[in-house]
Amino acid sequence: MASRARVLTLLAGFLAFGLVPVAAALANQPFYLDLFRRIMIFAIAAVSLDLILGFGGMVSFGHAAYLGLGAYAVAIPAFYGIHSGLVQWTLALALSGLAALVIGAVSLRTTGVSFIMITLAFAQMLYYLGISINAWGADDGMRLARRSQFGPVVDLANPYVFYYVVLGLLVVLLWLGHRLVHARFGMVIRASRSNEPRMQAVGFATFRYKLAAFTIAGAVCGLAGALLANQTEYLTPSYMHWTRSGDIMVMVILGGIGTLFGPVLGAVAFLLLEDVLSAWTVHWQVVLGPLLVLVVLYARRGLFGLLPGGGRDG
Amino acid sequence: MNWLLVVEQVLNGLQFGVMLFLMAAGLTLVFGIMNLVNLAHGSLYMVGAYLAVAGQAWTGSFAGAVAAALLGTLAVGMLVEVIALRTLYERDHLDQVLATFGLILFFNELVAIVWGRAALFTTVPPALSGFVVLLPGLRYPAYRGVIILVGLAVALLLYLVVSHTRLGMLIRAGASNRTMVAALGVNIRLLYTIVFGLGAALAGLGGLMAGPIYTVLPGMGEEILIQVFVVIVIGGIGSIRGALVGAVVVGMVDTLGRAFLKPMLSTVIGPSAADNAGPALASMLIYILMATVLYFRPQGLFPAARG
Repeated sequence: MASRARVLTLLAGFLAFGLVPVAAALANQPFYLDLFRRIMIFAIAAVSLDLILGFGGMVSFGHAAYLGLGAYAVAIPAFYGIHSGLVQWTLALALSGLAALVIGAVSLRTTGVSFIMITLAFAQMLYYLGISINAWGADDGMRLARRSQFGPVVDLANPYVFYYVVLGLLVVLLWLGHRLVHARFGMVIRASRSNEPRMQAVGFATFRYKLAAFTIAGAVCGLAGALLANQTEYLTPSYMHWTRSGDIMVMVILGGIGTLFGPVLGAVAFLLLEDVLSAWTVHWQVVLGPLLVLVVLYARRGLFGLLPGGGRDG
Repeated sequence: MNWLLVVEQVLNGLQFGVMLFLMAAGLTLVFGIMNLVNLAHGSLYMVGAYLAVAGQAWTGSFAGAVAAALLGTLAVGMLVEVIALRTLYERDHLDQVLATFGLILFFNELVAIVWGRAALFTTVPPALSGFVVLLPGLRYPAYRGVIILVGLAVALLLYLVVSHTRLGMLIRAGASNRTMVAALGVNIRLLYTIVFGLGAALAGLGGLMAGPIYTVLPGMGEEILIQVFVVIVIGGIGSIRGALVGAVVVGMVDTLGRAFLKPMLSTVIGPSAADNAGPALASMLIYILMATVLYFRPQGLFPAARG
């Protein structure tokens, strides 16, 4: 299945990501280091969404909630003087995983449009909770005094170290994701998407499998949230705003739904487009909106389908 | 607790519920008949509010505002349906969500280009700016009273149209079997465009009436849209009766929660804790209600019978 052309394309892609810091340093443009780190963080969030959206057929419109929870899991301990990255990132995984477990347990009782609306409503609920807690910044959010601490060797305050940490996490996530979707667990999830009653008739408790996938996706997105808080060194409830969920969903669709590398490509395209358009006009969304409609109407396979050897990697 | 205050808040809850119903009716109608999830419904509400402001400014009269909002959103709705949404009916919900998400970005930005990002404030028309005395000692703003009456009238009218007219018959027939209705010689595409336009005009009516009470600004549509989602999920998607019941329940719970949760909590957990927890809990109340309803009835309170 993995054709040579595709392996080469992917290797070239990762090599390009790996060389960004070198290019940015040579051109003396640290801005690009920042931009591409941000892109990779959103790529992690988009891949986590695609695990349930593309492979599981669960259209969650509240994925930004876990992004926000992950960011809170970094900012709140930091606010009380706990800067250990191990504590913060573990908390991010646990908190957002737990939230996904609870939200999934209620939402997965429904399907279709109800599911879309319920996941959206839960994310909004957390958003309103975030903006009404005055102790933790409420509407304005709060500044992160310092990035997560991992001892002297892995110093996230160094932009290059932070960049390669994010890249490393992305690669590990893609590898684990590949293992997951091709394992028995992933097969059950994908089969449930195409015919759930049949899976149940065969004897699988599909609800549990879907809930497990939903929880994993939430936890991974929480990690992306922890990275995002470190990236911006700032926490705001707007990480959980529903348009953010829409953005992440757009990245998945733009890149190629139901693939692992598609969402990465989608994140690159979406955030670069945002960067270019916003440099051109402050009203860039008036261009982006119709562009999205066109992509949905006419380019259904996403960018990944256009690459040599691309297509659905199931 | 002052019972007059309770009555007043109940009326406010009813008024908010009626606003939610105007939005929910259009959204649920479009979903029930065309099987379309339209996130951009909130944009039509916003467009209605802005057109009302513009109509007021051009003609100097409230009648002008009403005409601009209703006819304008009807036209915008039908135009959007013909240009973008028509091709989406056969697509899955994910595509519909994304395309209408794109429309939201477009409309919010377009409004910001034309009218700016700052909030606009409009005033209640002079004829309705007074108070009506409902009970001795209870004066209620006439404008909010009119909103309640208009909303209830729309609910009645909608019921009559859907169940007692030829258009309503076609709408119901189109919902249960599109191909058959088309085979019988009905122009189903035109019918869909009309239904979508009517839903848009209802949203425009909501936006028009919301202007003087809430602020008019880009993105105002999404604030209410998400509450409307809660309404139709609770009521049962595709059911107008469910939309009405859901809207009133959500309107009441939200309004009464915001008014009375904090004082009630402060008697239990003390005033300072209630200051923090009260508003947070009040804003989450309708979502908790939704989760509870769904836990026991995943299909909502009044699931629409779908053929």
